[in-house]
Amino acid sequence: MTRDIVALSDVTRSYGEPPTQALKGVDLTVEEGELVAIVGPSGSGKSTMLNLIGTLDRPTSGTAFIDGADVSRMSDVRLSALRAYRIGFVFQQFHLTEGFSAIDNVADGLIYTGISRRQRRLFARKALERVGLDHRLDHKPNQLSGGERQRVAIARAVVGEPSLLLADEPTGNLDSTSGAGVVELLRDLNETGTTVIVITHDIDLAESLPRRVSLRDGRIVADSGRVDSGRAA
Amino acid sequence: MSGINNPASRKRSRLRGGDVLYLGTAGLRARPTRAVLSALGIAIGIAAMIAVVGISSSSQAKLNEQLSTLGTNLLSMQAGKTLFGKDAQLPEDSVNKVAALDGVLRVGSTGRVTGISIYRSNLIDTAASGGLGVDVASLGLPAVVGATFDTGTWLNAASSEYPAVVLGSKAAARLGIVSVGSLVWLGGQQFSVVGVLDPVVLAPELDSTALIGETIAAELFGFDHHPTTIYERSADKLVGQVRSLLPRTVNPAAPDEVDVVRPSDALAAKNAADQAFTGLLLALGSVALLVGGIGVANTMVISVLERRREIGLRRALGATRGHIRAQFLTEALLLSALGGVGGAAIGSAATAMFAVVNGWQAVIPLPVLGAGIGATVVIGAIAGMYPAVRASRTPPTSALGS
Ligand SMILES: Nc1ncnc2c1ncn2[C@@H]1O[C@H](COP(=O)(O)OP(=O)(O)OP(=O)(O)O)[C@@H](O)[C@H]1O
Ligand SMILES: [Mg+2]
Repeated sequence: MTRDIVALSDVTRSYGEPPTQALKGVDLTVEEGELVAIVGPSGSGKSTMLNLIGTLDRPTSGTAFIDGADVSRMSDVRLSALRAYRIGFVFQQFHLTEGFSAIDNVADGLIYTGISRRQRRLFARKALERVGLDHRLDHKPNQLSGGERQRVAIARAVVGEPSLLLADEPTGNLDSTSGAGVVELLRDLNETGTTVIVITHDIDLAESLPRRVSLRDGRIVADSGRVDSGRAA
Repeated sequence: MSGINNPASRKRSRLRGGDVLYLGTAGLRARPTRAVLSALGIAIGIAAMIAVVGISSSSQAKLNEQLSTLGTNLLSMQAGKTLFGKDAQLPEDSVNKVAALDGVLRVGSTGRVTGISIYRSNLIDTAASGGLGVDVASLGLPAVVGATFDTGTWLNAASSEYPAVVLGSKAAARLGIVSVGSLVWLGGQQFSVVGVLDPVVLAPELDSTALIGETIAAELFGFDHHPTTIYERSADKLVGQVRSLLPRTVNPAAPDEVDVVRPSDALAAKNAADQAFTGLLLALGSVALLVGGIGVANTMVISVLERRREIGLRRALGATRGHIRAQFLTEALLLSALGGVGGAAIGSAATAMFAVVNGWQAVIPLPVLGAGIGATVVIGAIAGMYPAVRASRTPPTSALGS
């Protein structure tokens, strides 16, 4: 049985005074194990929606259930726990800590789970192996290529084995070859059961993914719909 | 589909104490120059306070040591003014009367021969240069006031009948005399220097005078045997009693014309005045510390503004607001503790140097050192509070988008 890991219903998000709506009543459900592309022009509300899905933000109205929990009714502490154990993030600008080795950057992904530094590094090594960077453990960010940096960032996002991986334009700063490598990695992670939601401007990339959700002006204007992920257990 | 059924939702974000430190130091290591510069303000404040307290404690320790070797049982008395405002005189037999007093152990005295001065040689124009005053000393004087000799010896029964002179330390320096046997011109006649005193701490008036024997003074200059100053030592316990009896004993007819002082008190009073100055410096030091604290707060506020993305990232990784607050507070604490420890080191070094230069023993009170470093922790906590709260309020979305 698969369950909805993301369930947005009639979600709006407005900013400022007078309020301008970045999201204008969005309904979206994503099942466990899906691989979803979110596309849309600049300013259409993609990042806003991803923030809500990642529990970094709360809807102005409507309800957002993430991993079965109602985001609007959860405390900061519980939302933080959700992010620490269940959700991984990948950013366009990588956000690696300069001066710290790849393995330490990845180990940082587990720092808020309270496990020891030694253990964190052990898991970090495994995660770096998973993204094919076991030969770059002690390299600092400035000694890595853009593609390698993004792989380190992905390793950090998945080191805690989250069930939901969110990526905001992960290939935006990469050339097409490294970008393809990163996408391949996201596919592999999805194969092993992680739900992946990725924002992209790359039409070809989006077309290659099983499901596409198109946003325009704060609304979902097209959704290719869920495909059976083949993981009905 | 409720979160309660999900085992993961019962887990909480956790940040180990060691990791808080790890994150705090990481933040400082990322910008070492800035860390050092902003810790410097605190360091200067702490260094100033520790040096001030250290130096004054060292001088107090020196004084205590001095008093314990010199003793506090010395009293000196001089003639004051008469009822009509004229200079009074101590009676001729005062010294013997003081010596007979209960509890008095030793007595010594000086008397002045007016109009007599001492010069380096007879070639000096006596009208143009004032010369130095000459005092007549009793043989017991050095033992009473605790005088020691730079060179030579004191007058004895034989030499006090001859033109022999002992010079105070300043007098010797003024006359340019360094060795025994030098001849000086005193009251129109050559005198031979038999000794030079070290500075006399309890009777500094002896430093700038020349001392000759009573017999020769009477013979050559008509010394009238009236003492001008009498020094006496008594048993420690009886100092108060002796002090109250002295004026009546010395001059029963006019006890008010006798001024009695306790030189060790004067020494302590001078030190107390220094301590008041210390208080002022201490206040200045605490102002420096305050400014240092503001510097730390300022650095932290800037740091929080610059690191919105890092904060967003950490929130995305699962940090609670409390974890962010702890990280930045720790950073502020480490920053000011860095200043505190550095300042304590600088302050102690300054005290040690000052003490060595003055020939004192360096005294750095450990409680003050502890209080200084403790103060920096408090300052760090206060300075870090606002930036830390501000950091924790940074929206978690700050790492996403651009
Ligand atoms: N913090 C904010 N305060 C005010 N307005 C905001 C804020 N964040 C987003 N917006 C507005 O909401 C709208 C949607 O922004 P969002 O970042 O979600 O767009 P996007 O689809 O991610 O665009 P891009 O492709 O350029 O990243 C925009 O008009 C933006 O100006
Ligand atoms: Mg965006």
